Amino acid sequence: MVYGGYEPASGAPRRHRAIKILLAGGFGVGKTTLVGAVSEIRPLRTEEPLTESSKHVDSTVGVERKTTTTVAMDFGRITLREDLVLYLFGTPGQERFWFMWDELALGAVGAVVLADTRRLADCFPAIDYFERRDIPFIIALNVFEGARRYSVEDVRTALDLDPSLPIVMCDARSRESAKEVLITLIEHVLYVTDTTVAR
Amino acid sequence: MPSNEERWLDAEAGPVVRPYALTQGRTRHSGEAFDLVATVTTTQARIRDPGGLGPEHFSVLQLAQRPTTVVDIASDVDLPLGVVRILIGDLRELGLVTIQAPVPMMAQQIDRNTLREVLHGLRGL
Repeated sequence: MVYGGYEPASGAPRRHRAIKILLAGGFGVGKTTLVGAVSEIRPLRTEEPLTESSKHVDSTVGVERKTTTTVAMDFGRITLREDLVLYLFGTPGQERFWFMWDELALGAVGAVVLADTRRLADCFPAIDYFERRDIPFIIALNVFEGARRYSVEDVRTALDLDPSLPIVMCDARSRESAKEVLITLIEHVLYVTDTTVAR
Repeated sequence: MPSNEERWLDAEAGPVVRPYALTQGRTRHSGEAFDLVATVTTTQARIRDPGGLGPEHFSVLQLAQRPTTVVDIASDVDLPLGVVRILIGDLRELGLVTIQAPVPMMAQQIDRNTLREVLHGLRGL
């Protein structure tokens, strides 16, 4: 692969470019598996002070001393070039972790909403979240063995999604499949940023 | 209903020293906010008061000898992100590290050449 034209002027310090991608979805949908399939997965935990925004959903009645909450996140790194690194963040699916999402979503290029056709409703909060914040996203259907296969169009109807929004089938365990998911997302980001400019 | 003391400070409660004890209870770092993927790099400034720093500060300094992102540091020192942010904020205040914001990578601002480069990179993996 030739990267002609991308090299900075000689002598100029290379600036580290970090591409942040979010991976959202319900509990047990395969986020960790997908991050691990395509990247160097690393442990990351947060011990976050409970903010006002999370207090109202996290019942603290009787546990007033609990002012922090521990959240384990999936964090993966794909080094594409020395100065170009892709960071994947598997975000805790539950709504009470939205305070973490806000931090992660800031500056994110886009998001993958991983869905399980047996529990499609689990991904509704993530879809709403990214739609409201204008973060480009795609849906990846993790195909579990034994699950009834639905067509992409059935899923699109069930989720009430725009026809231009990509929905892909994937196997979160497969590196090639996980790669395809990320490629589809970046292509979609290119597409939506193009149409934004044209408007 | 037992009192809070009884609820929390029993044998099952786990370590009594919570992660934020390392930061003297502070939950916010000093100075300007920085991104999770901002790059931290040590300056060559002399440490005037080594006694004022904890071993965790030195671990961060060690890692930041090469430009390293906030999340990578948090993962390597195995401390919660919130705690690591505070340690990095302290080091910045002392002039021991610089924090470089990532190039804006929001979809709305991203340079399309970079996105194409990402696509090339992913296809070549």
